[in-house]
Amino acid sequence: MKSLRAFLDKHKPAFEKGGKYHLFRSVFTGLDSFLYVPARTTRSGCAIRDAIDLKRTMSVVVLALLPALLFGIYNVGYQHARVTGEDVAFVQQFLYGLWRVLPMIIVSYVVGLSIEFAAAQLRGHEINEGFLVSGLLIPMVMPVTAPLWMIALSTAFAVIIGKEIFGGTGMNIWNPALLARAFFFFSYPSRVSGDTVWVAGLPDGLSCATPLAEAYQGTPITPGLETMFWGLIPGSIGETSTFCILLGATLLLITGIGSWKIMLSTVIGGAGMALLLQHALPADNPYSHVTVLQHLLAGGFAFGAVFMATDPVTAAQTGPGKWIYGLLIGIIAIVIRALNPGYPEGMMLAILLMNTFAPLIDWCVVQRNVTRRIKRGRVATRA
Amino acid sequence: MPETIKLKKGLDIKLEGEAGGEDPRPVPCALHALKPTDFRALVPKLEVKAGDRVRAGDPLFSNKHNPAVKFTAPVSGTVEEIRRGEKRKILAVVVKADERITYKEFATPAPGEEAPGERIIELLLESGLWPLIKQRPYDIIADPATRPKAIFVTAFDSSPLAPDYKILLKNERPALRAGLNALSKLTGGTLHLNARAGETPLPADDLPRNVKINHFAGPHPAGNVGVQIHHLDPINKGETAWVVNLPDVALIGRFLSSGRVDLRQLVALAGSEVTAPAYLSTITGARVGDIVKGRLRDRERQRVISGNVLTGERVTEDSFLGFYHRLITVIPEGDRPEFLGWATPGLEKFSMSRAFPSFLFPNKRYRLNANYHGEQRAFVMSGQYEKVLPMDILPVYLLKAILAGDIEKMEQLGILEVAPEDLALCEFACTSKIPVQEIIASGIERMMKELT
Repeated sequence: MKSLRAFLDKHKPAFEKGGKYHLFRSVFTGLDSFLYVPARTTRSGCAIRDAIDLKRTMSVVVLALLPALLFGIYNVGYQHARVTGEDVAFVQQFLYGLWRVLPMIIVSYVVGLSIEFAAAQLRGHEINEGFLVSGLLIPMVMPVTAPLWMIALSTAFAVIIGKEIFGGTGMNIWNPALLARAFFFFSYPSRVSGDTVWVAGLPDGLSCATPLAEAYQGTPITPGLETMFWGLIPGSIGETSTFCILLGATLLLITGIGSWKIMLSTVIGGAGMALLLQHALPADNPYSHVTVLQHLLAGGFAFGAVFMATDPVTAAQTGPGKWIYGLLIGIIAIVIRALNPGYPEGMMLAILLMNTFAPLIDWCVVQRNVTRRIKRGRVATRA
Repeated sequence: MPETIKLKKGLDIKLEGEAGGEDPRPVPCALHALKPTDFRALVPKLEVKAGDRVRAGDPLFSNKHNPAVKFTAPVSGTVEEIRRGEKRKILAVVVKADERITYKEFATPAPGEEAPGERIIELLLESGLWPLIKQRPYDIIADPATRPKAIFVTAFDSSPLAPDYKILLKNERPALRAGLNALSKLTGGTLHLNARAGETPLPADDLPRNVKINHFAGPHPAGNVGVQIHHLDPINKGETAWVVNLPDVALIGRFLSSGRVDLRQLVALAGSEVTAPAYLSTITGARVGDIVKGRLRDRERQRVISGNVLTGERVTEDSFLGFYHRLITVIPEGDRPEFLGWATPGLEKFSMSRAFPSFLFPNKRYRLNANYHGEQRAFVMSGQYEKVLPMDILPVYLLKAILAGDIEKMEQLGILEVAPEDLALCEFACTSKIPVQEIIASGIERMMKELT
């Protein structure tokens, strides 16, 4: 490893200001600090620092995403085999999925990271680790049939409009991955909804609806709860297996990187609303037959609650704010599903909507703290 | 038994090299210095020049904006040099100590005589011990012209490798009694004595009438006086409280009983790079090199810190012990790049988050170095700071108000109640490596500038 370090040190000057390759400074320092945690030591403030950094944090999230991703890849192959009636082995199903999904991941990373590197170079910033997660999330919330150029376009939109114009990771208002999906959703609606986009290589004339689409159409949900829990159902690549998502959630909760407050309150909000609608809606409304568990297992609810709502930058940041934020996401997601004639799934819109309102929620919490302090001062003066 | 205030938030960072018993080997005391930079917002005015003779208690410099506040020589000897930095800023006034210290004699009250508060303030100002009394808000030397609503004395230090006050003060009972008695006359309000739960710093019959003993339980920063004030009698706009550390109360008491500026004291030398961590007998402002000489392991590049690892100041051997410090910590510098350091399991690393296995070994002691473990980023994670700040303050919003320069917001969000040390753990725990203490200090500076 010494030779690698020596190699990097040798070429470092060429990338500094005035060097031959200074246009690629951000790329070089990004790579350098990826390979080696810098030797830099503290100058002011605390002499010692917590071992955690953003790279560690983001790699834990990536690790948490892996079960859902691997399952999603397998499920692509499984669904394909199911509709085509081919009798193929597990490995072949997985390889088929990989063949479909891997290009999507590569496109998302290449497009997103290029923009990030360019933006960092322009601003003279360092590369931020945020996109390591976003770049994986984007393909995971897409239907497997999404054309690569559309993924590229959505990613570019999300990174430029969603993040860089606000100042990069940490400054963005909306979750970049969901913004990519929203862009895709509203620009090419036929490619991200309906009955034909969820399974790769679907033969002409066949259709394959997600459970939510079935509910939306007023037909009973075909897959049983168990199938929905394990995830062998059509849907966006990463969202189908609640089990694998829960594995990821466990890692996020153990490490404390995902907020348990947000996850719990989202589930409470969603379950509460689902229960309410199940009983309040008239019997001829199809959603009066959708149970709480079906709502929680279907579509992107679990994926959104665990990986999207908890994005620390776009979520509410105060303790009480997180509870309100999560509750409202859960409630609104179910409301959009059941009471909205337009969209069968509401998780994406609910999270983006609450991303927008998170600063307002936090403002109220902060204001309460301020009021408490002012009041305390008044009491003291009177006494 | 008075009620105990239990604090849940905070973090005890367990480091290797806690000071044990006393080290009998004497510390050679050749050079001692007072550093104007130890005092927030102080503009010093020199009272001596190189070559002058001084006794212990003769002024070296004073506060330019309030000349009554003097800073006096801790030892007798010759002024060796006025050390200056950029723009001729005075960094240290160095005194070469005599073999035998001669003291300036102050006319302190005779035994049994009760001096009024004004007289005590005058004596403390004259003797250079006044700067031991600080004030909140702003964490600066107390303004002798104001009367605080209360005085808070903290009787323990909860920071990593902190010296045990019981050891520092084991022979100081009379001095403590005299010091507390004097302080009790400086406020019309309460003199709070804040002890760790289950400890009694002084028997109750030693204490003046307006002393109230409070007990605190919980992890660091439970010993920070700012946190204690917040829970006892928080500072509102327009109020002032004074704060003193218990070992400094002993110095005040010793002076008032003897009439001499006698600043001999025990100082802990601790940290993983110290051969035998122990308490050493020395005098305020001692040269760091004299204290650590022959006591370090020297196995790799070392970081020497005057004070604790969270709030202390990085010093060289040629620098001097901080005015308020009773601890020198020595840890590895850690200035080596680490291959894929963010990805390794990190058994030897310590983290408040559970992304490293350190949470599985709550009692393990760590040999931590001064590496950043990452790079500075924008605020990304939320809820981290709140876990280590046992105050009803929203730290990230306060920091953002400071960065935005919004005076009114800063005040509303609690800048009057905090010192940088109170948020030191936030800085430690920060994933984005934000310089929290620096930001708080700049906020305090800004408040002082705009409001005076």
